[in-house]
Amino acid sequence: MPLEALQTLPEGPEKDYLWTLNFGPQHPATHTTLRLILTLDGETVIKAVPDIGFLHSGFEKLGEDLDFNQYVTIVDRMNYISPIMNEIAWHHVVEKLMGIELTPRCKYIRTILGELARISDHLLAAGAQALDLGAFTAFLYGFQQREVIYDIYETISGQRFHPSYTRVGGLLFDVTEDFIRKVRTFVKEFPKTHADMCRLLNRNRIFLDRTQGIGVLSKELAIDLSCTGPIARASGVVRDLRKDEPYLAYGDLQNAFQVICASEGDCYARYTVRMEEMRESLKIIDAAIENLPAGPVNVDVEGKAVFPEQQAVYRSIESMIQHFELVMPNRQWTPPVEEVYGAIESPNGELGFYIVSDGTGVAYRARTRPPSFIHFATFPYLIEGHQISDVVAVLGSLSIIAAELDR
Amino acid sequence: MPFDTLITALKLKFADLATSEFRDNRRLVVKPPQVFEVLQTLKDEHRFDMLFELTAADYLKYPKATDRFGVVYGLLSTTTGERVFVKTWLNEPELTLPSAFPLWRGADWMEREVYDMYGINFDGHPDLRRILMPEEFTSYPLRKDYPLRGRGERHNFPVITRAES
Repeated sequence: MPLEALQTLPEGPEKDYLWTLNFGPQHPATHTTLRLILTLDGETVIKAVPDIGFLHSGFEKLGEDLDFNQYVTIVDRMNYISPIMNEIAWHHVVEKLMGIELTPRCKYIRTILGELARISDHLLAAGAQALDLGAFTAFLYGFQQREVIYDIYETISGQRFHPSYTRVGGLLFDVTEDFIRKVRTFVKEFPKTHADMCRLLNRNRIFLDRTQGIGVLSKELAIDLSCTGPIARASGVVRDLRKDEPYLAYGDLQNAFQVICASEGDCYARYTVRMEEMRESLKIIDAAIENLPAGPVNVDVEGKAVFPEQQAVYRSIESMIQHFELVMPNRQWTPPVEEVYGAIESPNGELGFYIVSDGTGVAYRARTRPPSFIHFATFPYLIEGHQISDVVAVLGSLSIIAAELDR
Repeated sequence: MPFDTLITALKLKFADLATSEFRDNRRLVVKPPQVFEVLQTLKDEHRFDMLFELTAADYLKYPKATDRFGVVYGLLSTTTGERVFVKTWLNEPELTLPSAFPLWRGADWMEREVYDMYGINFDGHPDLRRILMPEEFTSYPLRKDYPLRGRGERHNFPVITRAES
């Protein structure tokens, strides 16, 4: 992009002392590849122009070529901080399109995994926010617990980072005793790490000075700029899809958790909301794992949406036919010729998919509503008038994941 | 507000409004020149204060499709939690819509993405540039006539040698 095209403001001889700083795309505090063109007056940022697209890899185009089960490996790589949340979102919308009602056990397992993903996302977001401001220890404490969550992913799917665990109408495998044991251990041990992180940061004078009153997003601006999730809630928008439009097992677990809100809308409020949401997530996990229903994890095979068990494929002709039907690209599922939007509450905000279906097993259009993309658009409004050292504080508090930002 | 009430209220103003429903998605289908007015009415009179989604789709190879592009606006009321979708159809060569930026500043990047991916222009947008693809890119990659596989557009890009940089 030609740099002069971006410099529309301000001009005139009295303003020629302004200078331009190019921030990124390779910079430790951008965490991933994104670029900012900052116009500075001394150390004050008077204008910021984000330049994105460095990680654009055509995910939505791929979604028009891969079938509903294959595309899960791609959505995994959008918000790679909480990959399983993207899978849950994708299949939530696919199932909404096809009208599949999940089994109770599957709903609970997805809920538990989603909340684990939320904790792992918030740990990184809050940790990295502190890391950018020089507090390394809290970040490492957070990472130690993220390892435990990765171990749980490995237990269920064999993959640590990108589990690709959900399937249309169910899950790849049922969970084992081992999973339940590990989740229980996590629920028991996580509060200690959480308390450690809180003790390191909550009343840390340097951290408070760098975050309080910085990057204030008012409630009106948050709504105007389409913000959702912790960023909107930190500005006083009381909205959480888990409460407002309950999906999965959240309908049953309404009493287990509360919606965390703040009214300040600054970087510290966003940090606090994330930290407190982890506590609520832990309550949901605790309630869900202790009430995990028995029964099948996939919907009924008769519905012709899920793969039959491998043993059955080898032993009965009906199962073999169904397996064949789902694998062959010209057969597969037959969703209605319609379009549908569905969304879930991802750690970063409302993660939605807009699927246009032409009646085949491949989406005709698979649009992602990426929270990172929407939230990064707020950045120029947040940083205006702040110091250059606040750029990393605001950037960290927004928790931008470039893979989701650019898709 | 129930969907029927909303439709009745809107029909007083916009007579040729079409509607459809699927699962919990409620859609209003309007003609391109009316889009801005409908959005404004929804925002000012029916308290749909957030534009949570703005996207498009290319219906070139869609079964029984009569129009080329569909642009979808997703509106949300943060007070009641209701959602409504406004859809409009566009055909070449008139790929222009009024920008929703004067109503919601959140439309800024979403409109830029639709422009980048489909080549749909938004009249009145303050800064309609490509957002994800590089500036030198000449095609619109999410259109259905853009191939999925191929060597890409690299041959169109200027090569900068070390001496020139």
